[in-house]
Amino acid sequence: MSTTLRINGKSHQVDLPEDVPLLWVLRDEIGLTGTKFGCGVAACGACTVHIGGEAVRSCQVALSDVWDDITTIEGIGTPDTLAAVQKAWIANQVAQCGYCQSGQIMQAASLLAENPSPSDADINDAMQGNLCRCGTYPRIRAAIHDAAQMIKEA
Amino acid sequence: MASLKKIARRSFLIGSAAIVGGVAFGTYKYHQPAPNPLQAKDGRAVLNPFVFVDQSGVTLIAPRAEMGQGVKSTWASLIAEELDVDPSKVTVLHGPAAKAYYNSAMMSEALPGRGYDRSNFQHSLGEVVGHMSKFLDLQVTGGSSSMRDGFERMRVAGATARETLKQAAANELGVDRNQLDTKDGQVISPDGRTLSYADLAQAAAALEPVDADLRPASQWRLIGKDVPRIDMIAKATGTAEFGVDVRLPGMKFAAIKQSPHFGVGKTRFDATVANTMPGVERVLDLGDAVAVVATNTWLAQQAVDAIEVDWEPAPYPETTDAIFDEIARSFEAAPNSTMRDDGDVDSLPADATVIEAEYRLPHLAHATMEPMNATALFTGDALRIWAPNQGPTIVQKSAAALTGLDTDAIDVTTTYLGGGFGRRIETDYIDRAVQVAMQMPGTPVQLTWSREEDMSHDFYRPGAIARYRAAVKDGKALSVHGKIAAQSTTVEGAGRMLGLPMSGPDKGHVDTAFNQPLAIPNFRVEGYLTKPMIPVGFWRSVGASFNGFFSDCILDEMAHAAERDPLEFRLELARAEWEPAAKVLETVRDMSGWTGSTPDGIGRGVALAYSFGTPVAQVIEVADEDGEIRMTKAWIAADLGRVIDPNNTRAQMFGGMVYGLSAACFGEITLDGGAVEQENFPDYDALRMHTMPQVEVALLENQPHMGGAGEPGTPPAAPALANAIFDLTGRRARSLPLMHDFDLVF
Repeated sequence: MSTTLRINGKSHQVDLPEDVPLLWVLRDEIGLTGTKFGCGVAACGACTVHIGGEAVRSCQVALSDVWDDITTIEGIGTPDTLAAVQKAWIANQVAQCGYCQSGQIMQAASLLAENPSPSDADINDAMQGNLCRCGTYPRIRAAIHDAAQMIKEA
Repeated sequence: MASLKKIARRSFLIGSAAIVGGVAFGTYKYHQPAPNPLQAKDGRAVLNPFVFVDQSGVTLIAPRAEMGQGVKSTWASLIAEELDVDPSKVTVLHGPAAKAYYNSAMMSEALPGRGYDRSNFQHSLGEVVGHMSKFLDLQVTGGSSSMRDGFERMRVAGATARETLKQAAANELGVDRNQLDTKDGQVISPDGRTLSYADLAQAAAALEPVDADLRPASQWRLIGKDVPRIDMIAKATGTAEFGVDVRLPGMKFAAIKQSPHFGVGKTRFDATVANTMPGVERVLDLGDAVAVVATNTWLAQQAVDAIEVDWEPAPYPETTDAIFDEIARSFEAAPNSTMRDDGDVDSLPADATVIEAEYRLPHLAHATMEPMNATALFTGDALRIWAPNQGPTIVQKSAAALTGLDTDAIDVTTTYLGGGFGRRIETDYIDRAVQVAMQMPGTPVQLTWSREEDMSHDFYRPGAIARYRAAVKDGKALSVHGKIAAQSTTVEGAGRMLGLPMSGPDKGHVDTAFNQPLAIPNFRVEGYLTKPMIPVGFWRSVGASFNGFFSDCILDEMAHAAERDPLEFRLELARAEWEPAAKVLETVRDMSGWTGSTPDGIGRGVALAYSFGTPVAQVIEVADEDGEIRMTKAWIAADLGRVIDPNNTRAQMFGGMVYGLSAACFGEITLDGGAVEQENFPDYDALRMHTMPQVEVALLENQPHMGGAGEPGTPPAAPALANAIFDLTGRRARSLPLMHDFDLVF
């Protein structure tokens, strides 16, 4: 099945069975490897991307079900043009192994878009689907608060 | 004190390695440099195996696996400290697999003795023994050893390179080398002229390396300071390349199905359906596994799932209960070790209060966030491997045995690791990719395991049983007699790593049980080894991961029986044995405002564990939340002797604690029908944002020697939590995970 996806503002045409999850289309077909495979069952959040601005687990979205434009970690900011949330992640030295952080950042970016001043309880609610085996949670929390402040001041 | 020669002649089983023969070829030969794997060419000056300079600037080699512990940055800082370069302005590479990059510190854990009582002489001896890794080609990241390994060697590498570059500048400027200064990648003359290292590279390459003294601590710019990690921008932008992110022209993607029964093969398989599925290019018979090569990973996984396979039955007890029966039977044989035997634990006064307890801890998976994977390209006379791994020279050797190629024909690229925790010291997942690539000559293939395959084919933290008999009298600790039984990580894991048979007393098996820094007058610890059943391996903090729980939980039971405050009880015993251990306890006491009593609905627990050279004390607070238990706060104090990067070390400390707490709450691997029952994170959960306590970390530098950072945060976590839950509920947790016996918030 030939499908056209709009990812990070660019169009990509792929020819794949319609049930291939978006995660694998991004990673293995288009080469956007910033989005990670962790569990394949929506239990870890490593594959989180935005579809139409909403944070979703790309391992659970079949190619034929993609309903809107897609933004991945590569689309929200680059090493030369960092998004506020990425700047906050770096300032707080959040990452350890770093494997889950693309998903954490995409989830946090979506939280901040909906709620510019999240409380600790809001952060708990929004982030509990994103697993980190290194245990970076305290710094993720601090980075989200910092990013909220940065966005407000910008 | 045994003589150096006698120690060298002995064969010990220690921590994570066996040492055979030893210093006989040690002191003389280790001073000979190992061949430099970096080739000088085209104006590039290779000053030593850790530094090279060319027209594009300075490149430092940090040949340790970056698995989250920040070693790429801290290792580079050690070189940069003496070389006078800004770590953020140089390139830092992992480099190739090479003898020159052996780990000089990990083997020093192998010395007999408790560790904390090591004299300066023994400490130096440890460094000599450590250099034996060179002869075993042990380029390994593990054992919380990187900073202890690199601390002196890398500063020497930086200083030598700096002085050689200065000599090149001195020759060019016609001044004495001692009149020159260096700063930010440049040599500066007394009259203010500057020459960049890049411009001096070619001339420096022609010089004999110049030796230099190391700078005193008072002149350090980087060591002891918070230096931003050099992998942080890449990890915040999705541009860091992990093993699964390797992309090569013409690359194919593979998935695998291995026997659910360890160590056996299949009797039949039918791939009729798989062969017709979309994207499938090849179905491969790997003997004791099947694999599918396809155009993308998911299509390969769907097809491998569709292969019907009949497996041979498991050649070991098929259920967790039967496996634990076998572990319990180990107590019937003679102990493998009695590493501590102070006083007389058998003759207790009649009026002593005796506590008997049996503790059981489950098998555990590593569950790294990045599932096992590797990429390989086999071209008949050569093999290239790209893999997230903790031991590139071991990977090379294993691939050489599979392919029949010389190790020289095998190139290993080490990517970032999406977690290691000891899992990636093994080569099984790389061997599988090599097996696949061998059947696809000329085509690069990336093999990624499903999460289910990863969780059910691990080298597990061994399940373990401890039997303790302890006594208190008049409010004092009188006696502790501990017996610990489990499969041996040393025999099985270190045996695989070194390719050597392991024998003798297994120190790693009883680590953090026999060498807890506590002055208990009658103190015996015996290790009992269980025969191999399911695969066991190195899991963050290894033996200390279970012994930390056993040895601290019994202490808490003793304090309770003695009607003493549990923190003061430990403190008194630590003070009399080793002051740095007392200081970490005092620090968590003060940080947490420990009073010895807690209000209704709140519980607090303390634990102390000495492992990998570092004493760590933790206090954990729990609260009753509508009948469920929530961890609310945690305090950690650790004494590493010397802290290279405080911010990064704090991350290792709370990260190690979270790894231990996750296992304590939710972690267990169980077997039924010979196969692992847990498949994915819903069956093997961990702490998450909403269950993570607030945490404060204090780093102390009281002890005379440098301790490790990556592992010591893990062992005290589970006992501190179990002791807090006792304080809250009055019920002892003598087995884990806690979710079975307590209602935890999750």
